Amino acid sequence: MQIKVDRELCTGCQTCVSSCPYDSIVMSEDKALINEYCQLCRACLSVCPEGAIKEYKDSPAEIKQGDLTDYKGVLVFAEQREGHIAHVAFELLSAGRTLADKLSVPLSAALFGAGELAAAELIKWGADTVYLCDDASLTRFNDEPYSELLSKIIIEHRPEIVLAGATAVGRSFFPRVAARLHAGLTADCTSLEIEKGTRNLLAIRPAFGGNIMATILCPDTRPQMATVRPKVMKTSGYDTNRKGEIIKIDKPQKASRTKVVDVVKDDSLFNISLQDAEVIVSGGRGLGGAKGFEVLRELAGLLGGTLGASRAAVDEGWIQYGHQVGQTGKTVCPKIYIACGISGAVQHMVGMQSSDIIVAINKNPEAPIFNIANYGIVGDLYEVIPLAIKKIKGDKGI
Amino acid sequence: MKIIVCIKQVPDTSEVRINPETNTLIRDGVPSIINPYDMHAVEAALSIKDELGAEVTVLTMGPPQAEAALRETVAMGADDAVLLTDRAFAGSDTWATAYTLAAAIKFLGADIVLCGKQAIDGDTAQVGPAIAEFMDIPHISYVSQIASVSGDNITVRRLMDEGYDVVEAPLPVLLTVVKELNQPRMASLKGKMRAKKIEIRKLTHKELALDENNLGLKGSPTQVKNIFAPEMKKDRIVIAGTPEEQAGELISILKAIKCI
Ligand SMILES: Cc1cc2nc3c(=O)[nH]c(=O)nc-3n(C[C@H](O)[C@H](O)[C@H](O)COP(=O)(O)OP(=O)(O)OC[C@H]3O[C@@H](n4cnc5c(N)ncnc54)[C@H](O)[C@@H]3O)c2cc1C
Ligand SMILES: Nc1ncnc2c1ncn2[C@@H]1O[C@H](COP(=O)(O)O)[C@@H](O)[C@H]1O
Repeated sequence: MQIKVDRELCTGCQTCVSSCPYDSIVMSEDKALINEYCQLCRACLSVCPEGAIKEYKDSPAEIKQGDLTDYKGVLVFAEQREGHIAHVAFELLSAGRTLADKLSVPLSAALFGAGELAAAELIKWGADTVYLCDDASLTRFNDEPYSELLSKIIIEHRPEIVLAGATAVGRSFFPRVAARLHAGLTADCTSLEIEKGTRNLLAIRPAFGGNIMATILCPDTRPQMATVRPKVMKTSGYDTNRKGEIIKIDKPQKASRTKVVDVVKDDSLFNISLQDAEVIVSGGRGLGGAKGFEVLRELAGLLGGTLGASRAAVDEGWIQYGHQVGQTGKTVCPKIYIACGISGAVQHMVGMQSSDIIVAINKNPEAPIFNIANYGIVGDLYEVIPLAIKKIKGDKGI
Repeated sequence: MKIIVCIKQVPDTSEVRINPETNTLIRDGVPSIINPYDMHAVEAALSIKDELGAEVTVLTMGPPQAEAALRETVAMGADDAVLLTDRAFAGSDTWATAYTLAAAIKFLGADIVLCGKQAIDGDTAQVGPAIAEFMDIPHISYVSQIASVSGDNITVRRLMDEGYDVVEAPLPVLLTVVKELNQPRMASLKGKMRAKKIEIRKLTHKELALDENNLGLKGSPTQVKNIFAPEMKKDRIVIAGTPEEQAGELISILKAIKCI
């Protein structure tokens, strides 16, 4: 594909020039010209009032991978931590089941470093087949053996779609596998669909710091790989009666060059309960100081919830990084998210917008957080929240 | 020891906005910056150089204006700067970018390759690990601390979802770094003088003898189909009134979903 300006139609108005995030639209002889540094991000396509910016499909990339129709099925990489399946694997199996059913193909899972009990669990969550390598050396994550095993499964079984969680593990070794197989890989997706007619995977993800969403596809190559953000796909379809097959695979042939010498759990860096919390009370710069979190902590305590924070509040040093929600923090999906003194920067919203209910308390009626809040309270959090705490305590008789 | 740092010039995405009516980017006056994570990679290279002595080369693939980014890192103390620029590279996705950068790094030679965790325009975090695969060397992602480094071995902390791992690897190795690793230094006056004068080395696909089928658009499996504005919630309810009334409403909502 190429994006070009139709010089007949271009009036030289320059509207498109500033729409390009890469500065690759320049004026040449009073007409706009898209130079070779165009990244094909398509930001300019709809800005031209004359419709002079068009995309031209040139002959598709000829990456030779054999016949695309040879590839069938959906494969999910099931991450384990200390032998226990990570929740994101169940989310992926639920999403993978939907995709596989739409395509009428089987769903399989790859599990490394856990046992048959864990593999059987994956079948209940929707897998028809589990490729299991239960070698104990794989319980600790190393990129190279994981890449070797997954590549081997893909080459042998030719799935058309391969998914992993966009976790530290998935985002680290999937790029190696994609590099090896010359496969397209879309990072950190928040939604997956199948394109009607073509059977192509439409991988939808935030880009430019969450300011825009992009749909990515790999029309000419297989498998189509994607990492999917944890907590955005809902789990469904658990069935203890489902039957499936566990296929044991050999351990990797090459020794890992990296060696994990220690695994340290550190709650101060990563608040584990945040992602599983049903109630999150979150604070931003509007708290004005660390003391604000004392007020929020009291409310969260009464509701059985957890504290969240915007990056601004974390950067101010009012609360630890483990509480940060957003693009560079955690993605959360509680029943209710109460955002207090948070303006609603896109980078924050991408981490919490799939919460069931969002309540925003903000002094400024123009704050963008109100655009995504189900309930907007325009007011001072230091007036509203203490009153709410008092009432709840009164009701509970404490 | 030879260290290569891969840096990328990116639009400062915190200032990019989208016009929800037209679904287009509003980028007026958004400056180009060095990808913030890459600044930490440069600092890591310079710290190793301070400790053990090393030759630090910064490398970027991009348009001629990316020279400015390279010069900025020379001002910080990098010894050499290389720009990969060629029409054939246009339209590269992470696969083709990593393929090209890996070829350049093999051509230049390196014991340690440093990348940022991710670039803030695409946020993919894919280029680093993919470079390591193309070079057939190990990599360690999300490095938050370099515990020790010698001429043939390195030990680091790797941030994981529930804590961190301590990971060892032999050199040559590629690391992708997070911002907790260090505080990037300021440019020195001497550095700034050097940055002005330094000749930036340029490489194209010819010097690297690369197969054109693996470059740019042709070598890129992924395509952007379309872009659109993030969705907004529709059922918005504004809770007005006195703080007492607002607190009361908040409690009704909490009761309705059985939180209290
Ligand atoms: C690459 C990148 C990644 C990022 N990642 C993240 C991320 O993961 N998470 C994240 O949160 N941010 C992230 N950010 C930062 C983000 O752009 C914003 O800067 C940040 O979210 C703003 O935090 P805030 O809403 O708390 O502060 P502000 O924007 O300063 O908003 C404070 C709000 O509080 C209100 N207020 C003040 N006093 C009161 C009061 N007494 N009562 C009620 N309301 C009050 C104000 O009206 C204002 O709306 C990222 C930025 C970049 C560039
Ligand atoms: N065009 C490029 N030139 C040099 N380095 C790059 C380029 N693109 C990505 N990188 C490196 O790869 C890292 C991850 O980028 P990304 O995979 O795009 O998120 C960046 O932090 C850079 O270190």
